[in-house]
Amino acid sequence: MQVSQRFRAAILTLAGTCLVGPAWAQAPHNWQLGFQPPHSPVMDSIEGLHSMILWMMATVTIFVAALLLYASWRFSATRNPAASRVSHHTALEVAWTVLPVLILVIIAIPSFRVVYFEDRTTDADLTIKVVGHQWFWEYTYPDQGNINFSSYMVPEEDLKPGQLRNLDVDNRIVVPAGKNVRILTTSADVIHSFFIPSLGVQRYAIPGRTIETWVRVDKPGVYYGQCNQICGTNHSMMPISVEAMTDQGFTAWIEQAKTRFATGDAPAPAGGGQRLAAVADTQR
Amino acid sequence: MSATTHEHNDAHGHDDHGHAPGFVKRWLFSTNHKDIGSLYLIFAVVAGIVGLLLSVYMRMELQSPGLQYFKSGQEWNATVTAHGLIMIFFAVMPAMIGGFGNWFVPIMIGAPDMAFPRLNNISFWLLVPAFALVMMGLFTGDGAGPGWTLYPPLSNATYHSGPSMDYTLFALHLAGASSLLGAINFITTIFNMRAPGMTLHKMPLFVWSMLVTAFLLLLSIPVLAGAITMLITDRNFGTAFFDPQGGGDPVLFQHLFWFFGHPEVYIMILPGFGIVSHVISTFAKKPIFGYLGMAYAMIAIGVVGFVVWAHHMFTSGMSVDTRAYFMAATMVIAVPTGIKIFSWIATMWGGSIEMKTPMLFAIGFIFLFTLGGVTGIVLSNASVDQILHNTYYVVAHFHYVLSLGAVFSIFAGFYYWIGKMSGRQYPEFWGKVHFWMMFVGVNLTFFPQHFLGLAGMPRRYPDYPDAFAGWNLVSSIGAYIGALSMLVFLYVVYQTFTSKVKLAENYWGEGATTLEWTIASPPPFHTFEELPRVR
Repeated sequence: MQVSQRFRAAILTLAGTCLVGPAWAQAPHNWQLGFQPPHSPVMDSIEGLHSMILWMMATVTIFVAALLLYASWRFSATRNPAASRVSHHTALEVAWTVLPVLILVIIAIPSFRVVYFEDRTTDADLTIKVVGHQWFWEYTYPDQGNINFSSYMVPEEDLKPGQLRNLDVDNRIVVPAGKNVRILTTSADVIHSFFIPSLGVQRYAIPGRTIETWVRVDKPGVYYGQCNQICGTNHSMMPISVEAMTDQGFTAWIEQAKTRFATGDAPAPAGGGQRLAAVADTQR
Repeated sequence: MSATTHEHNDAHGHDDHGHAPGFVKRWLFSTNHKDIGSLYLIFAVVAGIVGLLLSVYMRMELQSPGLQYFKSGQEWNATVTAHGLIMIFFAVMPAMIGGFGNWFVPIMIGAPDMAFPRLNNISFWLLVPAFALVMMGLFTGDGAGPGWTLYPPLSNATYHSGPSMDYTLFALHLAGASSLLGAINFITTIFNMRAPGMTLHKMPLFVWSMLVTAFLLLLSIPVLAGAITMLITDRNFGTAFFDPQGGGDPVLFQHLFWFFGHPEVYIMILPGFGIVSHVISTFAKKPIFGYLGMAYAMIAIGVVGFVVWAHHMFTSGMSVDTRAYFMAATMVIAVPTGIKIFSWIATMWGGSIEMKTPMLFAIGFIFLFTLGGVTGIVLSNASVDQILHNTYYVVAHFHYVLSLGAVFSIFAGFYYWIGKMSGRQYPEFWGKVHFWMMFVGVNLTFFPQHFLGLAGMPRRYPDYPDAFAGWNLVSSIGAYIGALSMLVFLYVVYQTFTSKVKLAENYWGEGATTLEWTIASPPPFHTFEELPRVR
């Protein structure tokens, strides 16, 4: 019963992606082994660096495992009844101190470059302010007439075909593809974390602080993320959905958004998501 | 070599009856380090089983997407919080420090008891109400669910208004006081009560590990106590240390917490290093390779461990230079850790290895700790951590070093010393069954979590997008196997305590060279009334 439902959902998802969904979306998939494919320069660098470190670390682990297995076999009491008494070997000790240092230096040099690269963008084309709430995200476009709206998760019962459970939202954050976007995070209540894996974005949203990071989405499409810092009962129900558009598409969206989310008004009514939040409020 | 102390034992043998007090006096008002050690071990097993049951309950929930067993996210959060706190403060620490530390530090340095026997008793009995308070924090109202890191504002009075949060904070105060008193006791004992001839550089590595651990506790617990005191006054007395609306700063709490929290993870693993060194040396029948390097590596880990705390906060908005520093400092820890790993392997090299259960657990420890260590190197890169912070990759990493590393070393210690502590033989076959079941179970549980983390699954989620279902199912199956291995362990305990086989002083033979192997199994109520001489 449950299996067939899930199967049906999967079929619907597939069909929906072809029919009504966006042209292209980046979400995690089942039995995935590694990162989601990178779609920003920052995530590109992270993935490249991670692959390098991963191979070095896998080599170290296999080396240690091989030594352990060999020593356990070769020096078992049956094969080697008389134990040696060797307990010092200066050259060896120096070697296994210096070699790890070298490995770490090899890792650290590119890693420092990536840390500084992912810190911030100097000339942003667009600034978006992200405010974490229990349990939704609020987005403001200060240099686009202060467009302001809230983004709630689509509850399971309201999911349309093609929408992903626990990932899709009512109002997506929209950015132009190929442009440097400055992201400023803060929070209205507890600490949240603004986390979009395929774009290499993650910063806490902390009340009383504004934290800066940046992203440049490499192609139009939809990218998913989730709140990544425990923030109360609906921590798992405040996903992030980013839609990257072409320049024309973005300009059109801005015009439409200006009327849809008129400045100064309360965030647009959001239906199911707010119902969820209200229920949680009464539980609290 | 055990012949030298035979006459001592005989002397103690007939003294025993006069010394051992009645049940209440012996177990409730205990001042004997061995009895207190046993109490700690029993306590740790009970708390460990409670923590394990919570994790099985959580894995049942995560077995498939959607909410099945938990009524709300808050219930989940409270369970996550309790699981973390119980495993850290009431299972691993009491087993290693209170249990094995109390039992074997005085014996290994040839001291009759700990320096402050009554303080020792208080240390243990503070833990019992602390544990009760953590359970009250779990079950009162909606439960305290800020995660074991207790970050405000989620843990302040606005977002956790009930008393459950105060119970949890008070539990940490009590557990902290308990550890602090224990640390003072260990430092005093090790510095002042070593037998004649036992210089610091002749101390067994387990004693070294406890000394370093005690110093870490001494320096880090007061910082935790300060932070949670400020949190308590924020909650109850209108202060605003961590409330931006009153000029406070939530990030300040993170700094204070992790200044304690990072040394805390070394507190949990260092005694394990000590235990594993003894086990490897015993079963390879070789002295430990590079003894001084091993001791000073632990000191280095302890010292550097105090200046790396903010690698837990790479996404908290610290300046990029600060991140770069904490990244570099964190990587440095890999060097002394590497020295230890390779020295253990070198100890095995050329040895005459007997693959008894403790040795299996010790070798399992080295492999799993290495695996957890290399993912630690991945995470130390602030650049990569930007995308792995708070994901299941982190969960996999710290369970590899703690749930697998520290717990494997505890079991290595258990099988190594249970004969000494009880005087009875554990069943070798069932010990090995326990090892292999646990090894398969925990790896099946935690290895797939690396994949989930890389794919972007956040931690502390009771429900997740359907794309994470596959590996979560595998992980849950692993957790059930791991939990079943605990039943095997309980059977081993039952078999051991009903065993008729009585053990001699040194049942491991020539490889076991420390002082505990020169006294009877179990040791007399009072050991070393006449001090041994170490040459």
